[in-house]
Amino acid sequence: MATTVAIVDKKKLWYGGVEPLRASYGKLMMWFFLLSDALTFSGLLVTYGFSRFSHDIFGGKVKDFTFSDLWWPIPERVFTHFPFTHANLPLLFVGLMTFILIMSSVTMVLAVEAGQRMDKEDAKKWMLWTILGGLAFLSCQAWEWTIFITGSEEGRILADGSKVVGANLTMNEYGPPLFADLFFFITGFHGTHVLSGVVINVIVFYNICIGTYERIGHYEMVEKVGLYWHFVDLVWVFVFTFFYLV
Amino acid sequence: MSSTDIHLHQHTAHGHAHDEHHELPWIRKYVFSEDHKIIAKQYLFTGIFWALIGGAFSLIFRLQLGFPGANLSWLKPVLHGWIDNGGKLDPDFYLALVTMHGTIMVFFVLTAGLSGTFSNFLIPLQVGARDMASGFLNMLSYWFFFISSVIMLWSLFISTGPAAGGWTVYPPLSALPQALLGSGAGMTMWLVSMALFIVALLLGGINYITTVINLRTYGMTFTRLPLTIWAFFLTAIIGLLSFPVLFSASLLLIFDRSFGTSFFLSDIWIDGAPLAHEGGSPVLFQHLFWFLGHPEVYIVLIPALGITSEIIATNSRKPIFGYKAMIVSMLAITFLSFIVWAHHMFVTGMNPFLGSIFMILTLIIAVPSAVKAFNYITTMWRGNLIFTPAMMFSIGLVSFFISGGLTGIVLGNSAADIQLHDTYFVVAHFHLVMGSASFFGMLAGVYHWFPKMFGRMMDEKLGYVHFWCTFVGIYFVFFPLHYIGLAGFPRRYYQFTNFDAFQTFGDLNMFVSIAAIFTFAAQMLFLFNFFWSIFKGRVAPANPWRSNTLEWTTPLHPEHGNWPGEIPHVYRWPYDYSKPGAAEDFIPQHIPYSQTPSSNLPGEKDPD
Repeated sequence: MATTVAIVDKKKLWYGGVEPLRASYGKLMMWFFLLSDALTFSGLLVTYGFSRFSHDIFGGKVKDFTFSDLWWPIPERVFTHFPFTHANLPLLFVGLMTFILIMSSVTMVLAVEAGQRMDKEDAKKWMLWTILGGLAFLSCQAWEWTIFITGSEEGRILADGSKVVGANLTMNEYGPPLFADLFFFITGFHGTHVLSGVVINVIVFYNICIGTYERIGHYEMVEKVGLYWHFVDLVWVFVFTFFYLV
Repeated sequence: MSSTDIHLHQHTAHGHAHDEHHELPWIRKYVFSEDHKIIAKQYLFTGIFWALIGGAFSLIFRLQLGFPGANLSWLKPVLHGWIDNGGKLDPDFYLALVTMHGTIMVFFVLTAGLSGTFSNFLIPLQVGARDMASGFLNMLSYWFFFISSVIMLWSLFISTGPAAGGWTVYPPLSALPQALLGSGAGMTMWLVSMALFIVALLLGGINYITTVINLRTYGMTFTRLPLTIWAFFLTAIIGLLSFPVLFSASLLLIFDRSFGTSFFLSDIWIDGAPLAHEGGSPVLFQHLFWFLGHPEVYIVLIPALGITSEIIATNSRKPIFGYKAMIVSMLAITFLSFIVWAHHMFVTGMNPFLGSIFMILTLIIAVPSAVKAFNYITTMWRGNLIFTPAMMFSIGLVSFFISGGLTGIVLGNSAADIQLHDTYFVVAHFHLVMGSASFFGMLAGVYHWFPKMFGRMMDEKLGYVHFWCTFVGIYFVFFPLHYIGLAGFPRRYYQFTNFDAFQTFGDLNMFVSIAAIFTFAAQMLFLFNFFWSIFKGRVAPANPWRSNTLEWTTPLHPEHGNWPGEIPHVYRWPYDYSKPGAAEDFIPQHIPYSQTPSSNLPGEKDPD
C-alpha cells in the first residue's frame, strides 16, 4: 500500500496525472451509475405522467369523489389505511414510511461520518440503524401493497353488475387499470432498489465488523453505498410526490 | 489551503496488475481477461461475427426483393423450414430477417463492435493509463455482452423464429405474442437479450467516462486529448443517459407481454373479441424508444467520426483543422441528440406545432455536422496525403457522411417526412449516413490500429481492393434506394409484385441486390486479410503511421499495464504534424518543448 501524499495545484486539477474531481474511480463510477439510474426512473415517471394526463380527472368536488375507471383516482381517497386501526387516515402511513426512509438517510450520513473518523464502533452502529430503517421501509411497503391488493370489502360495482375488489395488474377497484399497473411497477421498482440497497448495506456492515476497511485504511466503501442509499431516498421523494401528493 | 490541496495518491492497483501479469493462467489472460486490449479484441471478434450474420441476413432478403419469383431451394440446407417447398422465402421469416438485420447491425455491430472495440482499446492507450479504471467491471461488461449475444443468436434457431416486428419493436406487434410468429418466444428473447446488452453497455460506459476523467497521464489535459478520446467520451455519456430509458421501456413492455399490464396497449380486438388491455398508448413506447433511438444514432456515428479525425490528420500530415471546433461540434451533437427524437414520429399524429419544434432542432444538427465535414476536408486540403487503406476508408466515411447527411436535411422537414416516412428513401438515408459511415469508421480503425493490436501489418493492396469494391458497392446499393423510396416503396414489405406501379422498378431492385451481393463478397477480402495478417502479416514497426499519439510509444506487443516503465508524460497536443522548423513532420505528444526549440511557437514551453 504505497500511499503517497502529493500537493496538487488547483490550477493543475485538470492537467492529468491527478483525480480532478477529487474522487476515486469507484466513487465516480457510482455517480455515473446513479446518473443512468436516474434516467431509468425518469423513463418510468414520464410514463406515469403521460398515462395520467391521458386519463380524465374527477370533475366534481373532492367530497363527492367515487372510484370509477372513467377517471384517475384521488390518492387521498385510496391510501387511507393505517395498520391496526380502522380510522380514515389519508396518507398517514405513507408519510410514516417516508419519514423512516429519510431517517435512514440520516443514519447513513452518520455512518459515513464515522467512517471518515475511522471510528469502527460508530460506523457499525449507524450502519445497523440504516439497515433497520431500510427493512422497516420494506416491511411498510409490503403492508401497503397488501392493503392495496386486498382492497375494501365493498369494492367497486361494474356496469355489468360484477364486482372488482382490490387490485391486480389487469383490474382494480380504484380506477383505470393503469393506476394500479403504474403503482405496482414504479413502487415495486423502487422497492427493488431499496432491497438491493439493504443487501449491499448488510455486506458493508459485515465488512465493517470483520475490520476490512480498518485494514485497507479507509471507509470509502461506506461512502459509495451511502451515495446509492441517498439516491434511492431521493427517488422515493419523487415517487411519493407523484403517486401520493399530486 | 486556499490554492493547494492535499491529495492522496494510490499506486497500488496499477503496480499489482503489472507485477502479476506473468503468473496469470491462460484462461485469465485470454478469456476472462481484465486487460483492456484483450477485451477490445474480444469485442472486435464478436462484432465481426455478428457483422457476418447481419450482412448475410440482408443478402437473403435482398434476394427476395431483387428476384421475387426466384427459387431459393438451394438455401434450404441452411434455412430449413423458412424456405417453403416451392422454394419461396417464408414471409414471416422475411420480417424476422429485416428485424434481426437492424438489431444486429445497430446494437451488436456498430455499438458493441465499434465502441466496445475502440473505446476499450484506445482510451487507456491514448490517455496514458495502465488499464481502464476498473478492469473487473470491464471484463464483466464483455461477458454480459457475450451472454446477450448468445441469447440473441439462440433466438435465431427457435422454431417460431426471432423477433419480427422491426428493430424498433413497436407495440402492439411486439407486445402481443399472438400478433406475429416472431412476437412469441423470439420477442421475449430479444427483450432479455437487450436488457443484458444495456447492462453491458452501461458497465463499459461508466468505465470509459471514469477512465478519461481520472486516469489521464500528467500533462494530458482535455484540450490535448486526441479527438478519438473526445468522441469515445461523449459516446459513453450519450449511452449512459439514453440506454436506461430503453431499459425502462423494455421492462414495461415485458410486463405488458407477460403480466397483463396495459402500459402500451389499449382497445385491441382480436378475432372479434376485445383484449383486457385498456388505457395505454403505443405512441408512448415510441417516445421512450426514440429517446434512446435517436441518441443511439450518434452512439454509432461519433466513435467513427473520432477515429476518422485521428486518421485523416495523421495521413494528411497536418494538424486537424479546427480542433476546438471539432470538440464543440461533438458537444453540440451530443446535446442536440437528446432533443430531436420525435422526428422519427412525425406521422404519429403529433401536434404539427410540436412537430415544427422538433423539425427546427433536427435541422440545427446540420450545423455541427457540416462543421465536422468541412474540417475533414480542410484538414486534407493541401496536405501531404498518404493513402493508407485506413485513410481511404476515412475519406469514404466523409463521403457517406455528406451524401447521407444531405438527405437528412430533407427528411428532417416534417412536411417532406410525412410523405417519405417508412419508404426506402429513409432506408437509403440512414444506411449511408449512419450505417455505412460508421462501418467505414470501424474498418478504418481496424486498418489503422491493427499494428498496435496484433503487432503486424495488414496487406495494403488487398486493403485498397477491399476499399474500392466496398465504396463503389455501397453507393450502388444505396443510391438507387433513394429513387425507389421517392417512388413510394414502403420499407419492410415482403414483395411488390402485386403493385402495378412498382413494376418499372423491378430492374433497379435487381441491380441493388446484385450490388449488395458484390459488396458482401468484397468483405471476404477483408476477412482473409485480417486473419491472415494476424499470423502472417509483416511485422509492424513501432510507429508505422508516424503518428503522435501515446499508443505508439508502447512496445510492439504491450503487456497488461501497457508501458514497461513509467507512463510517459504529455507536453503538447496530438496534432503537431508538419510543424514549421521541426526536423520530422511529426512531434509525438510525449516530446517536451525543450527538445524542439527550432519549432516552438512563442509561448510554447514546458510547465515548471
